[in-house]
Amino acid sequence: MSKPMKSALVLLGPLLAFLMLAYVFPFLGILRWSFTLPELGLGNYADALTDPLVLSVFGRTLRVCVIVTLVSVASAYVITLLWVRGGPVQRLVMELCILIPFWISVLTRAFGWLALLSNRGLINTWLQGIGLTSDPLTMVRNEFGVVVGMAHFLIPFAVFPLASAVRNLDERVLLAARGMGAGRQRVFWTVFLPMTAPGILGAALIVFVFALGFFVTPAILGGGRSVMVAELVYLRIFQSPNWGLGAAISVILMIGVAFLMGALMKAVRPGEKS
Amino acid sequence: MLDSVSAGEIEAAGIGKNFGRFTALKDISLTVGRGEFLTLLGPSGSGKTTFLMILAGFEAPTTGRLSLNGVDMTETDAETRGFGMVFQGYALFPHMTVEQNIAFPLRVQKRSAQQIKARVAEMVEMVGLGGHGHKKPSALSGGQQQRVALARALAYEPPVLLLDEPFSALDRNLRGQMQDEMRRIHKDTGTTFVFVTHDQEEALALSSRIAIFDHGQLQQLDTPREIYDRPSNRFVAEFLGDINILPVNPKLTDETGAVAEFEGRAIRAVADQGGGSSVAVRPERMILSAEEMPQANSIPAKITDIVYLGAETRLGLKTAGGNDLTMSLPTHEVPATAAVGAPFWVNWAPEHGVFL
Repeated sequence: MSKPMKSALVLLGPLLAFLMLAYVFPFLGILRWSFTLPELGLGNYADALTDPLVLSVFGRTLRVCVIVTLVSVASAYVITLLWVRGGPVQRLVMELCILIPFWISVLTRAFGWLALLSNRGLINTWLQGIGLTSDPLTMVRNEFGVVVGMAHFLIPFAVFPLASAVRNLDERVLLAARGMGAGRQRVFWTVFLPMTAPGILGAALIVFVFALGFFVTPAILGGGRSVMVAELVYLRIFQSPNWGLGAAISVILMIGVAFLMGALMKAVRPGEKS
Repeated sequence: MLDSVSAGEIEAAGIGKNFGRFTALKDISLTVGRGEFLTLLGPSGSGKTTFLMILAGFEAPTTGRLSLNGVDMTETDAETRGFGMVFQGYALFPHMTVEQNIAFPLRVQKRSAQQIKARVAEMVEMVGLGGHGHKKPSALSGGQQQRVALARALAYEPPVLLLDEPFSALDRNLRGQMQDEMRRIHKDTGTTFVFVTHDQEEALALSSRIAIFDHGQLQQLDTPREIYDRPSNRFVAEFLGDINILPVNPKLTDETGAVAEFEGRAIRAVADQGGGSSVAVRPERMILSAEEMPQANSIPAKITDIVYLGAETRLGLKTAGGNDLTMSLPTHEVPATAAVGAPFWVNWAPEHGVFL
């Protein structure tokens, strides 16, 4: 083993040990439960993949996460452009808008959205006050509320990979396109957007994987009606004790995430084929 | 071959550019003729690139007017001007193949698919990239990327091609090759070229005229030969090639021309630039002799240094008054008696010196 490799291992050692203790061992335990509780076999996986309730939760999770990813990445793209390519004042304002949500806990933010979106919340009161609607719009305890809350949380995580993609863009390439007579729209769609595509994919990957494991926001804004996978696992383990099934669902989620990561990593780095 | 009828003539009148309090350009007036190869030459920060960006329409001038073929274009944006541009670092579209890169400006102009295909093939052939059309820029060498950039910029027959230090990233051999190619392409297309560089050899080799920039001002605009032989001021003299600058006391004019005194000797030189405090002479214009040559400018000096450079040899000399001179002569003309400390006469014809 080379010398730098050795010193790298020494430096990484504590982190690796921590990850082993805090993640790998517990995960192995979960893996064991999924095959052994209540009895040895693949029964839990068979249940998880046939139980209509579990399947509908998987379906909803996938749907919500896809929508959240689209909403978050699209909003983050606009925010990034305003942030990175704006004047100094605009940049400062955007920076604050991106960073401030980071300082507020997930829980507080979820309750904040509840206060805004619920039937007697600020938005409905205002809409009824100016006479636009007579009955309150249902914006929480459904997927709409979940999407809003999750996207709000995840947008900053999409902004950073996008910002680095936009910053690394060679300005001269854009000038070149304009110089050849291409208007702003054309430059954006045929040059700017394709050139930042790896950043978009990276942002989508982060947001999607993050969204799959969301627990607090869907629990509060979904109000028990839009149950997502993480909440289902929680219910199976803590409320209707069925540890084996909960463990099996976790493992399926984990495998799905690993598969997605692999596929998207390949898409982001398309190799040297030309 | 392209027709040269579309080549444009640019006129700049009193162009100035300020960035905040910094004056990047001051009162630049010049004309780039139809089909001309004009080089903007100067040290970094001299304003040459800013001027090119103003020509392209990427920067707006603070003062002055620009026109193309007699039509004012000062307020016209870059898209509408549509000048071809080759950037330092090429600025190719990394997500497109060579052919797609070259086709881009043609697509912008909404030419038919058939026309585009034919034109792209023609351009790929012209820059010698046959067989590379389907590659992405990242799979090409620097020289090849440079060719793609040129082909892309010329594909739609722009009236003017602007080039911003296009060879600065290439190694020396490749540079020479690309320069030859550039000369050929300029001749073939007949397009007006405006070329920015800080490499004086490149400028001398390629240009029909050179504009020398320094501190945001145009120092001289002339053919390479005129600029080299008749620099209009000390900056130009020293920037382009090696030169001896001899301090002289005030220039007088007698019946045979301008004359001044250097270390007690009369020095005659060309006086068309108006200056008179020094005389500039190129090292290769000087002749070494054992005796004074009365019909030429003749100064006694001792050899202080001999540098053998293959085909030529450079000599360092010191005059009686302590001024350093450099001369270069073909190695086979170096006298056998030349040695450090040996006394000689340094001579040059009056028409080879210039008053600055």
